[in-house]
Amino acid sequence: MHILDVVSENVCIFAVNMENRSFVTIADHSREKIEYLLAMAREFERKPNRDLLSKHVIATLFFEPSTRTRLSFETAANRLGARVIGFADPKVTSGTKGETLKDTIMMVSNYADVIVMRHYLEGAALYASEIAPVPIINAGDGANQHPSQTLLDLYTIYQTQGTLDNLNIFLVGDLKYGRTVHSLLTAMRHFNPTFHFIAPEELAMPDSYKQYCRDQGIRYVEHQEFDADVIADADILYMTRVQRERFTDLMEYERVKDRYLLKLPMLAKARENMRILHPLPRVNEIEYAIDDDPHAYYFQQARNGLFARQAIICDALGITLEEI
Amino acid sequence: MQNKELLVAAIKNGTVIDHIPASKTFEVVNLLGLTDLKSAITIGCNLHSEKVGSKGIIKVEDKFFTDEEISRLSVVAPNAVLNIITDYTVVEKKPVIMPATLRGIVHCPNPKCICNNEPMQTIFHYNGKNHTFQCHYCNTEVTADTVKVKP
Ligand SMILES: [Zn+2]
Repeated sequence: MHILDVVSENVCIFAVNMENRSFVTIADHSREKIEYLLAMAREFERKPNRDLLSKHVIATLFFEPSTRTRLSFETAANRLGARVIGFADPKVTSGTKGETLKDTIMMVSNYADVIVMRHYLEGAALYASEIAPVPIINAGDGANQHPSQTLLDLYTIYQTQGTLDNLNIFLVGDLKYGRTVHSLLTAMRHFNPTFHFIAPEELAMPDSYKQYCRDQGIRYVEHQEFDADVIADADILYMTRVQRERFTDLMEYERVKDRYLLKLPMLAKARENMRILHPLPRVNEIEYAIDDDPHAYYFQQARNGLFARQAIICDALGITLEEI
Repeated sequence: MQNKELLVAAIKNGTVIDHIPASKTFEVVNLLGLTDLKSAITIGCNLHSEKVGSKGIIKVEDKFFTDEEISRLSVVAPNAVLNIITDYTVVEKKPVIMPATLRGIVHCPNPKCICNNEPMQTIFHYNGKNHTFQCHYCNTEVTADTVKVKP
């Protein structure tokens, strides 16, 4: 089979994204770019209210409802002085009347300087970024990507550990469908992590991601047990939801659901610097008694979403770290 | 051997596409849009081949395909060879070349992919190392033997 490397086509796709400054996936970002965005987020944490975007209009288009993510983006925009237009519920848009995504995006591009969009279809944000004359910020595209969540996770890890390098990161729960753990794994490749995967067999980390780890030289260890000894070395304990509807065998769900519940006594041997993260909302993965423990950090993590998204919005609009 | 085959229905000027897997012969006809052509077309199917067991051959008079058209064959008939005929003589043998990026050719098997829900071209990236095609939009991978061409 003959392979002709048509480099120019890939360069072209890349160039369009670079030029319009969209934030679609974190997978392509260099270590430098990630550190730059985190430095920007830190500035916003220091002083969240800045009148940087008083002449800007930001659209938030939620083709799939997600109150949490939308409020976070809209608060970020408001605290930067921008005005916000958009919709929170796809039922009120013409999408349901058969309008294409392209037509909606082109229409809104006439009004807004940047479009934050969440969509139930995979690749929707990437496609929008290829056709829109304004930058697109991906606020989640189906099971595919949720890069602003990843940036806030990275920021939280940096904030709690003082570094992103050489950390032991434990991922617990649904590692098969959990897009946040997949994106985090991809983004951490620059920082020499050691991952520990703790999941029921049915929701184990997919082979493609384990292969990715091997290709990238990322160390990983798999566990099915979840107890004080297993997590004693953790710097970060990243919990995710184990959802009933993910199981083909409901008996299996009943067997494992409590095994991946984090209880207070399990922290007995935890490192002092260890922090527990969770993308929220939680269902029953973390016992409420843990909320007051100094290792618990998921509520502060959620707050960091604001600063990470302020950085993402400014960067998409070409506002630099020096200008904020 | 080559000459004998070509003589069965020798053409003066045009293209003979050889070494098509027999079962893919009519898919190639569709991919190249041959049904819309006015020139003479001879289609041979289930012919004996020492190379691939059973093969198809398509002869198209007065037609020379562009590189873009030839690259469309890469998915279904990667080993096909195009014999360029001028004045009853093979003047060039062009192998099918697999491009790094295929536009509007491969079908994405993921129903929740944007490319199956918008009037748009699919884009797939070919990975020569694993012989897989990866959807540009949803990252779904398909292997060379299960890949489906867009209708
Ligand atoms: Zn796809």
